[in-house]
Amino acid sequence: MSGNGIGGPVRVAIVQTKPRKGRYSENLNDLRDAFALVMDDGAADVIVLPEAALTGYFLEGAVYDLALPVQHFADDLARMWREAGATRPVEIACGFFENDGGTYYNSAAYVRVESDRAQVLHLHRKLFLPTYGVFDEERFLSRGHRMGVFASSLGATAMLICEDIWHAIVPTIAALKGARVLLVPSAAPGRGIEGGDELESIVRWREILENIAAEHGVYVVYAGLTGFEGGKGMSGTSRIVDPRGNTVVAAPPDEACIVRAALDPREIDLARANLPLLGDLRAVLPDLLLDEELPLPRGRRDASDR
Amino acid sequence: MLPIVEAPRTALHPPRINAPLAARWLETFLRDELLGRRGIARAVIGLSGGVDSAVTAYLCARALGAHNVFAFRLPYRTSSPASLADAALVVEALGIHERTLDITAAVDGYLQNEPDADARRRGNVMARTRMIVLFDQSAKLDALPIGTGNKTERLFGYFTWHADDAPPVNPLGDLFKTQVWELARYLGVPPALIEKAPSADLEARQTDEADLGITYARADAILAQLLLGYSDDQLVAHGFAAADVQLVRRRVEGTHWKRHLPTTAMLTNTAINEFYLRPVDY
Repeated sequence: MSGNGIGGPVRVAIVQTKPRKGRYSENLNDLRDAFALVMDDGAADVIVLPEAALTGYFLEGAVYDLALPVQHFADDLARMWREAGATRPVEIACGFFENDGGTYYNSAAYVRVESDRAQVLHLHRKLFLPTYGVFDEERFLSRGHRMGVFASSLGATAMLICEDIWHAIVPTIAALKGARVLLVPSAAPGRGIEGGDELESIVRWREILENIAAEHGVYVVYAGLTGFEGGKGMSGTSRIVDPRGNTVVAAPPDEACIVRAALDPREIDLARANLPLLGDLRAVLPDLLLDEELPLPRGRRDASDR
Repeated sequence: MLPIVEAPRTALHPPRINAPLAARWLETFLRDELLGRRGIARAVIGLSGGVDSAVTAYLCARALGAHNVFAFRLPYRTSSPASLADAALVVEALGIHERTLDITAAVDGYLQNEPDADARRRGNVMARTRMIVLFDQSAKLDALPIGTGNKTERLFGYFTWHADDAPPVNPLGDLFKTQVWELARYLGVPPALIEKAPSADLEARQTDEADLGITYARADAILAQLLLGYSDDQLVAHGFAAADVQLVRRRVEGTHWKRHLPTTAMLTNTAINEFYLRPVDY
C-alpha cells in the first residue's frame, strides 16, 4: 500500500496478548508461538500488538525493572520472528515500556524485520499519560511530545497509544499530516455494567474508533490488551475499522487471539470521495487556527522542540 | 401551542446491572485470578445461607466447575437453623462439595475467658474464627478462599476487619447489594435466599437494614451518586431525604480505614507501598 492510494491490499494481523505480569521472557515465547501462526506468505504483512503487550500494563515501580531501549526491544521481536521459523520480512508494531538512558516512556515501536536486521522505522512515545482514578502513568513515566507520520508498507501511518486517540484533535492532526492508517496499541481496563451486552467502556472505545475512521477516511487498527491485572480486566476487543467507520473484524474482550483483515488503500480513496470531510477541514482549518480567541502559542516553537 | 420537552429529574433508583454481562466478566476474573495467575483450580467458600455467598458459589461453579468448589457451613450455637437450610439449597442446586463445621467450641474456647464480651465483640470473634477455618481448609485442599463481601457493606464498613474482607480474591466487591440480588436472580439462586431479609446472623433476629438504619435500595441509590462526588445539598436536590444522605455519608466517611491495609509508620525512602511500589500480581 502506498501513501497516494496506489497499491494492493496489505494483510494485517493483530495479536491480542494476555501477558503474565512482568514475565517478559515467557511472554516473548508466547509471542513466538503466535508468530508461527502468521509467518507463512500471505498470512500477515504487518503485525500489530497492544500497549505493554509483553509485560502487562499496571506495573507501578516495576516499570523500571522491565523498560528496555527501543533497539533492544526491536531485536527481541526480530529474534522471535526468526525463532518462529519465518524467513520472509515483516513489519511489527508493538507497545512497550522504553528506557531511554534513564528517562522512561510508554512507547510503541514500529519495526521492520528483514533477514538479520531489526530496523526501527518509527517510535511513538505516548503523549497523554492518564493519571487519574485507576491510572497512575505520569507518576512513573515521562510524556512524549511528538506525533509523527511515517511511511510503512501500510502507506502513511501514525501510531497513537490508548488515551492519545481519546483526544479527537490528535487523530485529526495525524490525518491532516497525511496519515491514512492509524495504529492504536491500547490497554483499557473494562468497566460499566449497567448498559447493553458490552461493557460501557468497550462501547465508548468502539464509538471513538469508528467515528474517527469515518470522519477522516482512515483505517484504524486497534490492538487491545486482555487479561485481568489485580482485579482490573483489560478489555481486549482488538478491531480493524475501515475508512467508512465500519468494524470489519473484532476480537472478544477476554481471550488472547489473533484477528486478521486485509487493508485496501482504494477503500480510503473511495471513502474520502464519498465523505470529503478531511479535505473540507484542510480548507477551513487555517481560518479556525487564526482565531485570536484560541489559546494557542503563536510564533514560538520551544514547546514542540522538546 | 408548542410542546415542551422537559429533561427528566435524576432517577432515584439504585444502580442497574446487566446481569449476564457481569456474570461473564466475573467468571473470567475468577479463572484468570485462580487458574491463570496462581495455578489454583479449587475455591473455598463460607456458605452462610445469605445471597452474597450463594452468588459467589454460583460464579465459582460456573468458572471452575462444581467439582472444584468446596462450601463450608460454619454455624455457631446461636446461628439460625434457617441459614443452614438455605445454604443447603445452594449446595444441592449446584452439586458442590459441602462440609459443616460447628465453630462453637472454638469461639467459646476463647470467649469463656471474656464473659462480659458484648454482641459486637462476640460477632467479631465468630467472623474471625470462620476465616481461620476457611484459610486452613484452603491449605488442606490446595484451594483459595474466595471473598463474598459486596460494595455496599464495604462502603458502610459493615463487616469484621481482617475477617470477611480477608480472602485474597473477591468477585462481588464492586457490586452494590441491590446489584447482587439482580445477579442472583439471573444465576438462578433459590428465591428463598433472595427474598429473605439480609442478616449477618451474628445475633438472633438481626437484620442488616435494621443495623444500618436504611434500606439497601435507598442506600445504594445514594451511594452510587455520592461516589461520583455530589455534595449533600446536591443529593437532597436530586430528591433524597436529608437524613438518609447524612446517614450514608457518615457511615462511609467513618470507615475509610477499614478499606485499607494497616497504617505503617514511614521512616525511609523505600517504605513499602509508599516508595517501593509493586503491583499485587507482579
